[in-house]
Amino acid sequence: MAKITIEEVEAVANLARLEFSEEEKKQFTSQLERILNYIDKLNELDTSDVEPTSHVLPIKNVFRDDVPKPSYPREEMLKNAPDPVEGYFAVPKVIT
Amino acid sequence: MELYEMTAHQLRDLLRKREVSAVEIVKSVLERIGQVEEKIKAYITITDDLALKQAEEVDRKLASGEELPDLAGIPVAIKDNICTKGVLTTCASKILYNFVPPYNATVMEKLNRQMIVMIGKTNMDEFAMGSSTENSGFFITRNPWDLDRVPGGSSGGSAAAIAADEAICALGSDTGGSIRQPAALCGVVGLKPTYGRVSRFGLVAFASSLDQIGPITKDVEDCALMMNAICGYDPMDSTSANVPVPDFTKSLIPDVKGIKIGVPKEYFIEGIDPEVEEAVKAGLKKFEEMGAMVEEISLPHTEYAVADYYIIASAEASANLERYDGVKYGFRAEGAEDLIDMYKKTRSQGFGPEVKRRIMLGTYALSAGYYDAYYLKGLKVRTLIKRDFDQAFEKVDVIVTPTSPTPAFRIGEKIDDPLTMYLSDIFTISVNLAGICAISIPCGFSSDGLPIGMQIIGKPFDEESIIRVAYAFEQNTDYHLRKPNI
Repeated sequence: MAKITIEEVEAVANLARLEFSEEEKKQFTSQLERILNYIDKLNELDTSDVEPTSHVLPIKNVFRDDVPKPSYPREEMLKNAPDPVEGYFAVPKVIT
Repeated sequence: MELYEMTAHQLRDLLRKREVSAVEIVKSVLERIGQVEEKIKAYITITDDLALKQAEEVDRKLASGEELPDLAGIPVAIKDNICTKGVLTTCASKILYNFVPPYNATVMEKLNRQMIVMIGKTNMDEFAMGSSTENSGFFITRNPWDLDRVPGGSSGGSAAAIAADEAICALGSDTGGSIRQPAALCGVVGLKPTYGRVSRFGLVAFASSLDQIGPITKDVEDCALMMNAICGYDPMDSTSANVPVPDFTKSLIPDVKGIKIGVPKEYFIEGIDPEVEEAVKAGLKKFEEMGAMVEEISLPHTEYAVADYYIIASAEASANLERYDGVKYGFRAEGAEDLIDMYKKTRSQGFGPEVKRRIMLGTYALSAGYYDAYYLKGLKVRTLIKRDFDQAFEKVDVIVTPTSPTPAFRIGEKIDDPLTMYLSDIFTISVNLAGICAISIPCGFSSDGLPIGMQIIGKPFDEESIIRVAYAFEQNTDYHLRKPNI
């Protein structure tokens, strides 16, 4: 049986770049635990001799020819940006 | 009969005989939207000006005597996770509330070549995560057959729009049943193509190894026309399959003599609504009367499919949704102290609870120490589920099951219990894990007057067989002709 702690929820939230209130953390802890316990059902199956399927089609290494093509115009790409500054995507200071 | 009530093939024939114009068709559909959209709320965006312009163009071509494609002038609704150049595409998420794609999804380029008229973008569960459209970041959509019930999901807006005659055809996307389940709950036709059949370029990714775009329509003939329009190899999608695309209208044969239909015993289980079971069993009897051979088969790993799906789909989702960081597009939270804080605030304020739950589950399953126990285990069980179908299809041509264990449930009934909600996809999920194709068609009504759907599952790249079997059933029944009283 999977047992999830609040600390684990905090660690996973940090990896996923999410933050939660104390109330939400408690809720996520119990919901995740319940879902993971349901998923533990998979351990009823012996899969020691089974190959994993990450993809159903036998397609591997799809390459295209390296031909230069025009890209999208810069101003077009910046139209959706929350904070475009002088042709760039501006973000809060990284190094302080 | 009003124009908005008609199918695409009926309208095509009227257009070709010059008995109606494309502008008249689009005006009729827009008038219908004006009458019922307030109650249904199928659309996030209605593109009425664009639709009228596109219809005028079709009429100009028609006047000049040009021969038009099958779907020319047909009003089509597009699920809001399919990128439409210059038209808001939100995935029903606050994090993309203002996103206007600079390019079209490949399916949109293909539909535009058919000269369709885009009528609007439909509501959905946020990022296609859900089975009721209640997880939309904006508002809920109501089932046209009973406004107190959900339309299903995640393509609930598209299915409700078709059932309410607010569009003639629609596109949805299906990761674990998101086309077929809402089609069943709304009494319309929905097809999930074989993985790789339809380009995913421009479909906002949820679980890349499971997602497929497909049609939602009023009947099987329209479904074949939409499939003809959207299928085919696309160099822009590296998982697109380079296989020939048949003319699916050639499969509109009202006959199933000699066809072998498998019925998996694991799909008629405790918890299935007795009226659903009865309707599907009556449908199987109908097939036998029509000359098909029905036999019981076994898909022994069925009971593991939901658990397997939630590991694999959530793992892929957690990786795919990393891109929403408030830098290049979409929502950015105010008041961040630094870059990491900006990411966290943006994502925490931008995503809804179900999306966060799946990101958390996926991140957990992929994190150090749990990868083998959860994700790798999930991929191995996926092999077993796929193998079940391979073995079954050595004996039968198609497999018939209920699409959903119950008719449409009440709004709010399952929203507080994620696991119960997940189980409403129990009959559709295996098809995505195996990468095969399936269609849902109406096969009856409950005593409350709610539609019941039958799922017909086919071999990889054999959409022709499921279309044929679905068409034969439809031509011998009249469930698809019933309309809700809104």
